[in-house]
Amino acid sequence: MSDQDTICAVSTAPGHGSIGIIRISGNDSIVIAKKLFHPSRPKDLLTVPSHTIHYGRIIDPEDRTIVDEALVTIMRGPGTYTREDVVEVNGHGGPVALERTLGLVIAEGARQAEPGEFTKRAFLNGRIDLAQAEAVMDVIKARTDASNRAAQEQLKGGLSREVEDLRQKLIGLLAGVEAGVDFPEEDIETPEGRPLGKEIESVALTIKGLISGFAFGKIMREGLATAIVGRPNVGKSSLLNSLLREDRAIVTSMPGTTRDIIEESITINGIAVRIIDTAGIRDTHDLVEQEGVKRSVAALASADLVLLVLDGSEPLHDGDRQILEEVSRKNTVVVINKADVPRKLEKLARPEVQIDVSCKSGQGLDELRKAISRMALGEQGAPGEHAWAVNTRHKQALEKALNSAEKAAISERNNASPEFIALDLRDALDHIGTIIGATYTEDILERVFRDFCIGK
Amino acid sequence: MYTQKRYDVIVIGAGHAGCEAALASARMGCSTLMLTMNLDTIGQMSCNPAIGGLAKGHLVKEIDALGGEMAKITDRTGIQFRTLNKSKGPAVRGTRAQADKQRYRAAMKESLEKQTGLDVKQGMVEKLLVGGQRVSGVETNIGVQYLSSTVIITTGTFLKGLIHIGLSHYPSGRAGEFPSLGLSDSLRQLGFELGRLKTGTPARLNGRTIDFSRMKIQPGDDPAPFFSFSEKTHPLQQLPCYLTYTNPLTHEIIKNNLDKSPLYAGVIKGIGPRYCPSIEDKVMRFSERERHQVFLEPEGLDTEEYYANGVSTSLPVEVQTEMYRSITGLEEVEIMRPAYAIEYDYAPPMQIRHTLETKKIEGLFFAGQINGTSGYEEAAAQGLMAGINAALKVQQRQPLILARADAYIGVLIDDLVTRGTNEPYRMFTSRAEYRLILREDNADIRLRDRGREIGLVSEVDYQQFVEKRQSVERELKRIKKTWVKPSAEVNAVLEQRGSNALSSDAALEQLLKRPELSYGDISVISPTDHPLKDDAAEQVEIQIKYEGYIQRQMSQVERFASLEQKDLPEDMDYDSITGLGSEVKQKLKHVRPVSLGQASRISGVTPAAISLLLVALEKRKRGRS
Repeated sequence: MSDQDTICAVSTAPGHGSIGIIRISGNDSIVIAKKLFHPSRPKDLLTVPSHTIHYGRIIDPEDRTIVDEALVTIMRGPGTYTREDVVEVNGHGGPVALERTLGLVIAEGARQAEPGEFTKRAFLNGRIDLAQAEAVMDVIKARTDASNRAAQEQLKGGLSREVEDLRQKLIGLLAGVEAGVDFPEEDIETPEGRPLGKEIESVALTIKGLISGFAFGKIMREGLATAIVGRPNVGKSSLLNSLLREDRAIVTSMPGTTRDIIEESITINGIAVRIIDTAGIRDTHDLVEQEGVKRSVAALASADLVLLVLDGSEPLHDGDRQILEEVSRKNTVVVINKADVPRKLEKLARPEVQIDVSCKSGQGLDELRKAISRMALGEQGAPGEHAWAVNTRHKQALEKALNSAEKAAISERNNASPEFIALDLRDALDHIGTIIGATYTEDILERVFRDFCIGK
Repeated sequence: MYTQKRYDVIVIGAGHAGCEAALASARMGCSTLMLTMNLDTIGQMSCNPAIGGLAKGHLVKEIDALGGEMAKITDRTGIQFRTLNKSKGPAVRGTRAQADKQRYRAAMKESLEKQTGLDVKQGMVEKLLVGGQRVSGVETNIGVQYLSSTVIITTGTFLKGLIHIGLSHYPSGRAGEFPSLGLSDSLRQLGFELGRLKTGTPARLNGRTIDFSRMKIQPGDDPAPFFSFSEKTHPLQQLPCYLTYTNPLTHEIIKNNLDKSPLYAGVIKGIGPRYCPSIEDKVMRFSERERHQVFLEPEGLDTEEYYANGVSTSLPVEVQTEMYRSITGLEEVEIMRPAYAIEYDYAPPMQIRHTLETKKIEGLFFAGQINGTSGYEEAAAQGLMAGINAALKVQQRQPLILARADAYIGVLIDDLVTRGTNEPYRMFTSRAEYRLILREDNADIRLRDRGREIGLVSEVDYQQFVEKRQSVERELKRIKKTWVKPSAEVNAVLEQRGSNALSSDAALEQLLKRPELSYGDISVISPTDHPLKDDAAEQVEIQIKYEGYIQRQMSQVERFASLEQKDLPEDMDYDSITGLGSEVKQKLKHVRPVSLGQASRISGVTPAAISLLLVALEKRKRGRS
């Protein structure tokens, strides 16, 4: 942990309201914002005046998709809460988009803030006076306690056991590597005799499994964010209504502040399916095709699942092709509507699941529900073996651990000297340590002496 | 009461810690007295006849770089030199030597006796003289007092030493020598907490009765890899070691006699080292193994004694004889000195500071086994640092504290004072988190300047080092900016090494990074006008080939630097810090860490606790100003 790096956190409570704020503080905060935020009118965030607000979009630099629509506030130190450069991102797309934006900020080099860290910096940088110091410490303690409690809750189930198993496995691997380094003259027999490379790969696979639990955990907590897209008049709203008619659980109507966001929620096989961005669905008949397509594309950004509706009674439009292009990176089910009239739509050579549906007769709706639940839960239709509710912080740690384990595997394949493999395995352990507590050298040595007969 | 002249530094004990301590303080200009119970056992190698090895070789080279003695004496008296882990990367290669024990002792004694400013005397210290909370001298068992402003205790296994062979035991400091009884009590009276540790040593066997033809011979390396950066020695006659194995019969004998082992009969209370278990332990804990290695190491050129490495034991002599004779090649063996276990007092090292000065008594330093360590090299490293810091204290200069990123010596001392130890502590490379930059090969680059600053490195040695450093830097610069054209000559060299031919210009640096090419190849492809000595060439090759890893560790060091540099005052009131758990408070009060970095290494001190400490520090600072 350092006080020089740039930190970030969602600073609105999750699930409260449709606007979320991400706060970034530190030397790189404006540079990071510049990489992700595309202002609606051309300007350079690095040179805009301090304490100004800018409107635009958050765009994923990797795949160029629009993540959210946002207001970004630029505040330069020392006139800020932490006395450092601070950026606040007001996202409009709800918790899913916010989570994704936070992920991008982290990917660009910021670190998720520790509990109370903004306040701590404010104090250390002289923003808060001595009288408030005790309060600062209380904040750190309270937030730490709260997040520990939350973490413990999360760790209660299978997650803590799985992470602990993972830790033990890594310690065992590292003990073997270290024993070979520090005791070259001992007659060391590897306990299981499985080659190191295979062992590292199996650890990496376990970590991947735990990370995939993040998606499941999020779906369980927040529901499956689903976008129904398609050009105007293919039957998006009839599809929504057909699903709602039978499965309606709760209907929430939340008028957004800058644009109409309406969320409908249905329950399929126990999964909360949130239909997001219905603005694109309830298109009016006089809407021009291009505008409809544009809305659909915007709705895609923060969706876990996309239902792409095509009109089976007509050949493919250019608008359809455009949307098909856009969904190629998403979990998508292609819904071919109007199965009750003769099909004119050509056969589609696409990897996505395609289901013929008639909103009028209800034909194919069961099949569609099954497809949705399969997409959410996997083939078995039930949580996979690693499907524990992993939170963002855990996911971040696991991803770093995975990265280190993969580096170790590469070193091993390239016949690198063992101390280099150990370096990456140790990093992996340190990242896992941020979830369940640090691993000390003594723990590794203990394993060395337990597993190997050392004693020249 | 007979009172002698006043000294700056008194060193009690003349083992590996004591020798380095006395030489360092005398060489730094302090009038120094070394007191030992027996002038004939100065620099005695009480256990195995080897110096160095993984991590320990690193320590020896660091001692040399700082201006210590161990490397030079080992080079002069070594009868076998090897580089361990030669096939692995440079950071985990370790130099090890078999030394001639008698010659080592004699050479060390000579260095001490010839040292100006150092008096070496025989005498058994029974009592420390302390006024207020400051040490003022020592008193021997025959009532002689020596006064000084600092005292360094390096008593090894002598404090209340108790030797076990079978179920019989007797007080002794080392086989055949008296223990030190009074000093232990004196320390306890001063309020020091003492604990009990155990170690052991195998039998010495008569080489005339060993059938070496049935064992595997292990010669040293040729040419011999030496320890010292400055002194170039012509090696003595070199001898091999031999490898043989225990067998199921050996194990049977041990199992049948476990009731006679003081370890298993519960007679020994002290805790022994896990990395150096007795053969009883190995047989019982790894019962599935059909054999264990036994290395026979020569104790010297003029003796028939062989050290049976791998079979330390505390079984009775008659069982030892039967057990050793069950081993291939030892069927007729005669034991010259039996194996034994020894228990001794140590002072848990959280009672000392990074300077090795005790927290309780000013001017009193501890070094070596008294701090719970094991090993000649660990002892010598502490002795050197205690000698240096005692001298610096006398001279009212800043102490020398090496960081974990500077040296294994830094790791050793920080581990001891931060986490303590409850078994004899030995250095391993895995203890050093910055292992890739703490190599044997760059110990001089890391530490020569420090040694020069405190006055332990001579002008000649330092100049030699400066030249090496310059030639390394010059060549690194040249390699980084030189490009070679894809000529027939260049490609011929590449082809010879199985390396891809060049089709366009290539940076020399990139060529050297190819695993199959060495610095030698590079100097053929593009010769320099200033040819390098071997050690400088090695340095250039390592720094280029492993640049990525070295950079990675350097940035780790930087990341932690801000925490390491935040000092925690000694009188920090941890009880008053809101939010710290009571267990964490206890630990902080016990260790009294000197920096936030050290605090973060105490087990149970979480990142949140460090945040709280940071805020408390700032609060304190503002409260004062």
